[in-house]
Formats: sequence, structure tokens, C-alpha cells
Amino acid sequence: MTETTTPPTRFAVPGRIAVGHETAATWQTATLTGIRRETPRAATFRLAVPEWAGHLPGQHLMLRLTAPDGYVAQRHYSIASAPDDSGHIELTLDRVPDGEVSGWFHTVARPGDTVEVRGPLSGFFAWPGDRPALLLGAGSGVVPLMSMVRHHRARGLTVPLRMLVSARSPEELIYAAELGAETTPVFTRSAPPGVPVGRMTAAHVAPLLAEQPAHGWEAYVCGTNGFAEHASRLLVAAGQPVDRIRIERFG
Amino acid sequence: MNVTRGFSGRPRVHNPGLPPGQYDARDDWPVLSAEVTPDLAPADWSFRIDGLVERPHTWDWDAAHALPASAYAGDIHCVTGWSKFGVRFSGVSLDAFFDVVRPHGSATHAVARSHTGYTTNLPLADLTGGRAWIVWEYGGEPLPPEHGGPARLLVPHLYFWKSAKWIAGITLLDHDEPGFWERNGYHARGNPWEEQRYSGD
Ligand SMILES: Cc1cc2nc3c(=O)[nH]c(=O)nc-3n(C[C@H](O)[C@H](O)[C@H](O)COP(=O)(O)OP(=O)(O)OC[C@H]3O[C@@H](n4cnc5c(N)ncnc54)[C@H](O)[C@@H]3O)c2cc1C
Repeated sequence: MTETTTPPTRFAVPGRIAVGHETAATWQTATLTGIRRETPRAATFRLAVPEWAGHLPGQHLMLRLTAPDGYVAQRHYSIASAPDDSGHIELTLDRVPDGEVSGWFHTVARPGDTVEVRGPLSGFFAWPGDRPALLLGAGSGVVPLMSMVRHHRARGLTVPLRMLVSARSPEELIYAAELGAETTPVFTRSAPPGVPVGRMTAAHVAPLLAEQPAHGWEAYVCGTNGFAEHASRLLVAAGQPVDRIRIERFG
Repeated sequence: MNVTRGFSGRPRVHNPGLPPGQYDARDDWPVLSAEVTPDLAPADWSFRIDGLVERPHTWDWDAAHALPASAYAGDIHCVTGWSKFGVRFSGVSLDAFFDVVRPHGSATHAVARSHTGYTTNLPLADLTGGRAWIVWEYGGEPLPPEHGGPARLLVPHLYFWKSAKWIAGITLLDHDEPGFWERNGYHARGNPWEEQRYSGD
């Protein structure tokens, strides 16, 4: 009588973890405890969130600011810190010209201020630390990837992890001092002497895909939509299976 | 109310078309998709309706275009916070497809699936009565691949993750079955006016 076809799921990637419904739905008050400048355009904001349920590297949260007249602005931000039991999480925000929320953080916010957050959200981009991870990010797209790198280090994980990050210049490379041998930076406008200037290319991706760790790479791509399209196409062209590519687009 | 010190928000005129918690993206059309954009040519596109229907049917590009044309002019709302006003999509009303397959009276819900394998669930009532379309044009131009071209589902009165890109088919069921984002914590229905963002809202 009825007939159902299941088409081949060539592209779809399953989520990695289920998200707790209650934690995602509840707004919590977070108190700003510290601000750390990363680059001229980006700063890290440390927040005490006493009721934080914990997160996995790669997850994001929703943040809201409320004006005295009741107007609210809410935006998504990736969590930069690795999961730990400090009762704190860190966000790294790029200062967007005329940005309503990032503008407040960069010009008004000071320790002691409170904002509201809900999360963690989306199990899709999460990396529990179980599979070899190939991370491609640009600009503030490095934020959720850095949570993965920090988690890898903090837990002393041995599963392979490699990161390619694109930044306009060495000065604009977020977390520059923290990046290690796992990371290859790509500079699009200006680079240190001897380092080529230009977009991420097949030549950057090829040596990483050639490594072929056991069970293959799980690729995580994060940045603007333009970068996400470019980087995911490079991965597909280099042979990475589409169902092993996860993309987080910042808009 | 938890007022944020020193935050007044951007100067704004009250816009009754803006659901709670949304902002006007103006000329931007952000892309939010967790997958690699597929290379799907119109010739490779097809659309099938099956499940609790009298006559399951598959349309190819030309057969779908032979159905009566229908357009949507209005607003769209994405769960990540942006809304876009006065957009124009054209394609075919889902009612025209349902006229062919004739849903059983027992059908209450639908699962839409894309050519990528993405799925999303909807109450059947949200897909009928001139409230949902299969669209292939945006602003008079072919729908760009990263926005779901060659053809996507359009259910503009719900958050946009319900409007499955690269639409491949709809299966009618007598029960609700969560799709991709709904299994990842998103709301089963997604009404922007009630801020049904996450499961539990
Ligand atoms: C899953 C996810 C994770 C993210 N993670 C991060 C992260 O880790 N770090 C990060 O920095 N960003 C992140 N983002 C982006 C972030 O959510 C915001 O989009 C970003 O901070 C800009 O917000 P804003 O309020 O500062 O800017 P907005 O006020 O939204 O402005 C953005 C642009 O739109 C223009 N604009 C918007 N509304 C108006 C208006 N009414 N009038 C005039 N101009 C307008 C502005 O001029 C500006 O150019 C993430 C996004 C997503 C979806």
C-alpha cells in the first residue's frame, strides 16, 4: 500500500552526541571575570558560569544582552576553552564593525558585568577526542578548533590532530603564541619573511590527507561561509569523504 | 529582566514583522549548513512524495516545472537570529504535489529529506493550505547551490532549518519523527513567533 524509499545518504553526517534538552533551554547568568587581548581585533572573555553543565570541544552557546527597554540581542558564540571543572568558560570575539553584541564586548564590557547564556548547543560539530581530527579554520573560525587543540593537550591524547588556520597577517592570527607543531598557519595578506602569502590551497591540504591515520580523518571546517565553501571543496577534491566533513559557518 | 550594563542595542524602529529575538539581516543572506554544498545539476534532481499517500510519485525537473507555478513574497526567519524581509521565491505550491499523491486521512506528520541525506520533520498541516512550496528561483534568478539550489523546500512561517535545502522528498507518517537538527536538540516545530528554538522551549 505505502512505499517508502530511503535515498543514499551520500553527504549527511550524523551528529556526534545528543544534546541535553533542559540545559539547552535554560538561560543562565554568566559573570565576566577576565578579558585577554588576542589580536588588535579579537579578545577572549572569561566567564564564570556556576551552573555550566559542561561541553565538548566544538560546541557553541547562545548569548543574550538585554537593554533597559527590554530589547534583547542574541548571538551564537563557539566555546574557546577546553572542557574543565573550573566553573568558567571562555569565548573569543572578533570585533565586527558596527557589531551590536561584539561592539558591546569590545568597548563596554568589564569584569563584574553579567550576561546571559544558554547551552552548550549542537552535538554536530563536537569532537569528543576519539577520532583523528583534521581542523581547518579562518579568522575567528579557529575558536571552536582551539577548544579541540586545548582538549587534546590537556588530556594528553595521542589520537592524531592537525590544524590549518588562515589569518590575514601574523598580527591577526588568534592564539598565535599557543599554536604548536600541530598547526600550519596560512597568511592571506602579509606573512613573516620566507612564508608565502595567499589563500589556502590544495598544496596545504594534500600533505595532511596523505598522512592517512587509522580509520581516516574526521574533518572540521569553521569560518565565514566563503571560507567554509572554499575549504570544504579543497577537502573533497583531495579525497576526504563528504560524510566525514563537518562545517560550522559563522554566517 | 536581566539588564546588561551599558547595553542599549542599535537604534531601531519597532518592526512588527520581526519575531522575538530576531534581527534584520537586511542585504545579508547568511548560509547555515553543516554539510558540504552538493554539486547537484537540475538534470540529476528529483522529488518524491511517499509514505501515507494513495499514489507515491516522483517528479523530475521538467515534470515539477510542468505543475502550476506559484510564488512566495514575504519574510524568512533563521533560528540563529536573523530575519530577512520582502524576499521572493518562485516554484510550485506543495498543494499541487499533494493533489497528485493524495495523502491518506491518517497522515499527520511529514519528514522532508534532502539529496544530501539531511532530514527535518513537520506537522503535515504546516505543509498544506498554501503555506509551503518547492522553489527553484530567488529574486527571479536560479536558487544558488549554497542556498539549496537547484530546488529547496520553503516553509516560511517556520524557522528556516525546516525549509530543507536540495529537497529530495517528503514521506508522510501517522506520527512525528525527529529529523537531523531535531535529534540534535532543536524544537520539533520551530515557530519563530513563539521562539520555539530548542527542544523544551
Ligand atoms: C555557530 C556560530 C558560532 C559563532 N562563534 C563565533 C565566535 O566564536 N567568535 C566570533 O567572533 N563570532 C562568532 N560567531 C558570529 C557571531 O554570532 C556574530 O554574528 C558576530 O559576533 C557579530 O555579531 P554583532 O552583534 O557584533 O554584529 P551585528 O550587529 O549582528 O552586525 C553584523 C553586521 O551586520 C551589520 N548590521 C546588522 N544589523 C544591522 C542594522 N540593524 N543596521 C545596520 N547594520 C547592521 C553590521 O554593520 C555588521 O557589519 C558565531 C556564529 C555562529 C552561527
